[in-house]
Amino acid sequence: MNYKVLIIDDEPLARSIVKECMEQHPQLQLMEECSNGFEGVKAIQQHQPDLIFLDIQMPKITGFEMLELIEEPPHVIFTTAFDEYAMQAFEANAVDYLLKPFSQQRFDKAISKWMELNKTEPKIPTEHLLKEAAKNPMQNERVVVKTGTKIKIIPVHEIHYLEAADDYVKIYTAEGSFLKKQTMGYFEEVLSTSLFVRTHRSYMVNMQQITRIDPYEKENHVAVLRSGVKIPVSRAGYPKLKAVLGL
Amino acid sequence: MAVSPFRSKQFMIPFCISWFVWISVHQLALYQMGLDWFSALTDSIISNTLLIYVSMLLITIFRFHLPRKQGFFNLFIWIVLLTIGWFFINEWVTGFFLKDNQPYQSLMKNTWPLRIATAFLINGCVSLIGYAYYNWKERNEADKQRTEAEKLTRDAELYKLRQQLQPHFLFNSLNSINALIGSRPAEARNMVQQLSEFLRTTLKKEEQQWVKLEEEIHSLQLYLDIEKVRFGNRLETHIEINADAMKLQLPALLLQPLVENAIKFGLYDTTGETLIKLKADAENAQLAITVENPFDAETSSAQKGTGFGLNSVRRRLFLLCGRNDLLQTEAKENIFITKVLIPQPMELSQPDITEHQL
Repeated sequence: MNYKVLIIDDEPLARSIVKECMEQHPQLQLMEECSNGFEGVKAIQQHQPDLIFLDIQMPKITGFEMLELIEEPPHVIFTTAFDEYAMQAFEANAVDYLLKPFSQQRFDKAISKWMELNKTEPKIPTEHLLKEAAKNPMQNERVVVKTGTKIKIIPVHEIHYLEAADDYVKIYTAEGSFLKKQTMGYFEEVLSTSLFVRTHRSYMVNMQQITRIDPYEKENHVAVLRSGVKIPVSRAGYPKLKAVLGL
Repeated sequence: MAVSPFRSKQFMIPFCISWFVWISVHQLALYQMGLDWFSALTDSIISNTLLIYVSMLLITIFRFHLPRKQGFFNLFIWIVLLTIGWFFINEWVTGFFLKDNQPYQSLMKNTWPLRIATAFLINGCVSLIGYAYYNWKERNEADKQRTEAEKLTRDAELYKLRQQLQPHFLFNSLNSINALIGSRPAEARNMVQQLSEFLRTTLKKEEQQWVKLEEEIHSLQLYLDIEKVRFGNRLETHIEINADAMKLQLPALLLQPLVENAIKFGLYDTTGETLIKLKADAENAQLAITVENPFDAETSSAQKGTGFGLNSVRRRLFLLCGRNDLLQTEAKENIFITKVLIPQPMELSQPDITEHQL
């Protein structure tokens, strides 16, 4: 059986060494080489690979941010030179990771580990991995979203509020709203708590956007944003909001 | 500010017990000298309560001001004055209760020197205890500060070392060499030599040193050549240096972070080909260096928190030259321009000096 493989790395020599190591495993069939995350997203949609080799630090969007944009990510073997934060994420949640420069033996080990896993679990969820990776202070300053075929990078301070919508979260900015396949729990953990507060089961608000808080019906409140939008504040959310505002 | 001992149980318990014992002894002594219980007790309580106030005052003074050398003489005078003051106030207050008590008044007349001497001794002892306590606290504090400062220095040194080694750059370069060994061994050998020489020059340099621009350009060239191998034909550099500028000086390892910054935003964070320009000129006997790199406004503005990595360069220039305006940056469409002016040290007029400490 043949497996479809992609290599995503911004350095040509780094890609060539993976190719060289792959020669020992004829069942692995290289579909395409990508030199950044944008190309990666396209190639994954086009080829539906079984396995990708993925670098972390790449132009514009990181390897993690690229994975966030893919609905059902394939198995990933990370290849990276040095990244303190990423290691923690890999330890428990990745198929395997190769620290550059790596040997043929180490590469073979990663492949056999993957083959084992592939028999039992053809897909593994990346949620934990991405959540762990997002603890990197460099990572949680922006959110990467896909609108059609375009990829947009939103700095977190430009987000007005977040709204849960089924399996997605709707991200509202001055430019409009963007959908991202994520849970509110993920954003609650990743976005800085001094800037964002979960005011409601389905809402998270950027504190700097709030102009006032009004009572609403019996025991509920609404937060009024600069844009005039009113965000529901639940009974559980109100004390959280008050605490962050220092009331 | 050290914590007052009056807040610690360890101090307050013995403090109260000793005063209680002392009040009882005092009263007993007066009784033995022939006074009745009432006048003995009244005198003991009044005079000792006043004395407690004096001792608390002394200890509180130490909290805010510990005497040094000549200060001890002042302290002695203070104790004498406080003791005399205490004596007269005591006289006045006991007067309310025991004015007409003949045996008491006559006893007082005979024993006043003894009273003053005892009070002086007690105040002296209290001062000693207070001084010892605050002195000990102060030493503890100083020790803690010193260990903290030492730890900070150690951390800073470790950070500097790690920065110098640039693990990300180093391991990626090693990975490129690994790839070249199989296919293009001659290039691999060349890159090993370049990498070693680059590492050696960065490790050798002291931050306080001033070096000639040509030396810095040499190690910079090594660095850029290595990056060119890593990123293939994506990186192009354009270096233009005025012959006069070559002989001018700059602080060691100042140019490197500027170019690293240009590489970080211009090469690591863009796709497609990248042109990085470096220009050096002599302007009014100052060295003027300009670095230009393309950047992606969308991705780099999202990373503003990292401050474009130039703050440490600005800080160093301020420490060395006392000016905040030597480093200037400017973004023109998608080109980022960094310009740095370096005033030349005075000794430059002597041609034989090439390196000197600031």
